[in-house]
Amino acid sequence: MKVLVAVKRVIDYNVKIRVKPDHSDVDLTNVKMAMNPFCEIAVEEAVRLKEKGVATEIVAVTVGPKAAQEQLRTALALGADRAIHVETDAHVESLAVAKLLKGVVDEERPDLVILGKQAIDTDNNQTGQMLAALTGMGQGTFASEIAFGDGVEEGQVRVTREIDGGLQSIALKLPAVVTTDLRLNEPRYAKLPDIMKAKKKPLETTTPEALGVAVTGGLTLLKVETPAERKGGVKVGSVDELVDKLKNEAKVL
Amino acid sequence: MRTLVLAEHHEGRLAAGTAHVVAAARAIGGEVDVLIAGENVAGVAEAAARLDGVSRVRVADNAAYAHQLAEPLADLLVQLAEDYSQVLAAASTDGKNVLPRVAALKDVSQISEILSVESADTFKRPIYAGNAIATVQSSDSLKVITVRTTAFDAVGESGTATIEALAFVADSDLSRFIGEELAHNERPELSGARVVISGGRGMGNGDNFKLLNGIADKLGAAVGASRAAVDAGYVPNDMQVGQTGKIVAPDLYIAVGISGAIQHLAGMKDSKVIVAINKDDDAPIFQVADYGLVGDLFEILPELEQKL
Ligand SMILES: Cc1cc2nc3c(=O)[nH]c(=O)nc-3n(C[C@H](O)[C@H](O)[C@H](O)COP(=O)(O)OP(=O)(O)OC[C@H]3O[C@@H](n4cnc5c(N)ncnc54)[C@H](O)[C@@H]3O)c2cc1C
Ligand SMILES: Nc1ncnc2c1ncn2[C@@H]1O[C@H](COP(=O)(O)O)[C@@H](O)[C@H]1O
Repeated sequence: MKVLVAVKRVIDYNVKIRVKPDHSDVDLTNVKMAMNPFCEIAVEEAVRLKEKGVATEIVAVTVGPKAAQEQLRTALALGADRAIHVETDAHVESLAVAKLLKGVVDEERPDLVILGKQAIDTDNNQTGQMLAALTGMGQGTFASEIAFGDGVEEGQVRVTREIDGGLQSIALKLPAVVTTDLRLNEPRYAKLPDIMKAKKKPLETTTPEALGVAVTGGLTLLKVETPAERKGGVKVGSVDELVDKLKNEAKVL
Repeated sequence: MRTLVLAEHHEGRLAAGTAHVVAAARAIGGEVDVLIAGENVAGVAEAAARLDGVSRVRVADNAAYAHQLAEPLADLLVQLAEDYSQVLAAASTDGKNVLPRVAALKDVSQISEILSVESADTFKRPIYAGNAIATVQSSDSLKVITVRTTAFDAVGESGTATIEALAFVADSDLSRFIGEELAHNERPELSGARVVISGGRGMGNGDNFKLLNGIADKLGAAVGASRAAVDAGYVPNDMQVGQTGKIVAPDLYIAVGISGAIQHLAGMKDSKVIVAINKDDDAPIFQVADYGLVGDLFEILPELEQKL
């Protein structure tokens, strides 16, 4: 089974962001970048499927600028067999990313596509669902477990989903799209020898033009602001003082 | 201009979030219809018909929609979308699951988790875990939008919308429901609760959450958790508050044994009053807390329960 994994280059999740003084966007100059955490989980899951003998080949794909090849190399170091870079400097909305990924899916014909549930920069939580729609596949979003065999028929995958009320289990016909949630697995770190080996793994580059996709979208970013800063309050010395303040000052009890 | 609101319901009851999404729809302007898709949903439809500002409740009552699977639900919404300039749903796991699929099938963008309606085509939404607020304008003829329910006040319930049944739209064989494990408790739902008390890694284990439960019972509060507490298996995933969990904005939020990572703050910093209980004087949670109490939660919680 072939697995395609989509990874996005985003700001490192530990970095505190700054808004540009002209409010046009968030300032990403000299900011530490990394693979989106949910994409790390996606890569890890693909690697585990390969280790279990379920997956035979893992292809990592990203859409983004030249620098995004770093994240593809990380995916290769973690266990992907080859990588595809859809190179563009444009700001690409989720719908256009999904169209580009569809282009790759049409060429690669994977049995399973794994994406993160959400990119921690735009917080969109859309691309996997959109890719599933465009390719006519079923979707298993917010996965905390992906299983084959185990109660589902040949040619299907069982996905346990983290939903607001608890957990939901569904079966999807393959090929299918799955998006990862936090509890799916705990990603490993790449080892130095694997990082070295990854440099020699195949990385192919293509473009939106070659895939026949226009990366323009229906949305315009008018302004980016810093939210109203919350002022820290006071430290209270005892439980009695806390209860008193909540009753008489904040009036929430 | 007409807006279609996809209602959310569970076990025969209209979810509280729907009244907030209707409020967002009214802020956009024009007529507002509500879609109820599910099985045996007559009661849900009646509840939706009472929401202020709703003209029509359209009901797709069929087993195909019983579990809100994205594929049949999106096909239904795509067919109905012809009549609308906006389709809205809550930014819940159900809404986030289906609306992007609808948007892609209609070849339009989707706008996630709006905080405000600036005009009929311009919206504010959080990005980077709420550390920045983007104002986005849409030029699409159909706008597909999920709504952060805590950012809009619920509409009232004195409406009298008409209820109409919809013809069945094709089933899908792409996905099949197997089962679910739903949390059942007597407490209010996290996203709508007036008081929330959450525990983090500092709670030490799942059993210790009963220290929070006692206080929650007294305050009529919902109980939440940090990711670390969920990952450690103390409590189930549906209790996670944060950037990638539930968003809450209660009158009172009490964070216990939670350090205050930005991903956690993203889910609760719009609470009116924040209390932090933490043994580390320097924990970042104190920077957003109105009232901070430094100390050992195992001593503080029993005393707090007793004094409430
Ligand atoms: C992609 C991504 C998404 C994420 N999404 C979320 C999310 O949605 N929600 C979320 O919460 N996190 C999320 N996180 C995780 C987040 O970064 C933090 O790791 C997490 O919030 C930490 O949880 P915590 O505060 O319980 O644990 P810790 O950071 O370990 O803090 C524990 C705190 O308990 C205190 N403590 C310990 N013992 C006691 C005691 N006896 N009495 C009093 N205080 C005590 C300590 O002083 C400490 O401050 C996400 C991370 C990533 C990368
Ligand atoms: N530019 C991109 N390149 C590759 N994958 C992407 C890109 N943008 C989004 N994705 C995938 O879609 C997931 C969800 O992103 P989003 O819908 O933007 O929140 C990410 O975790 C990735 O797996």
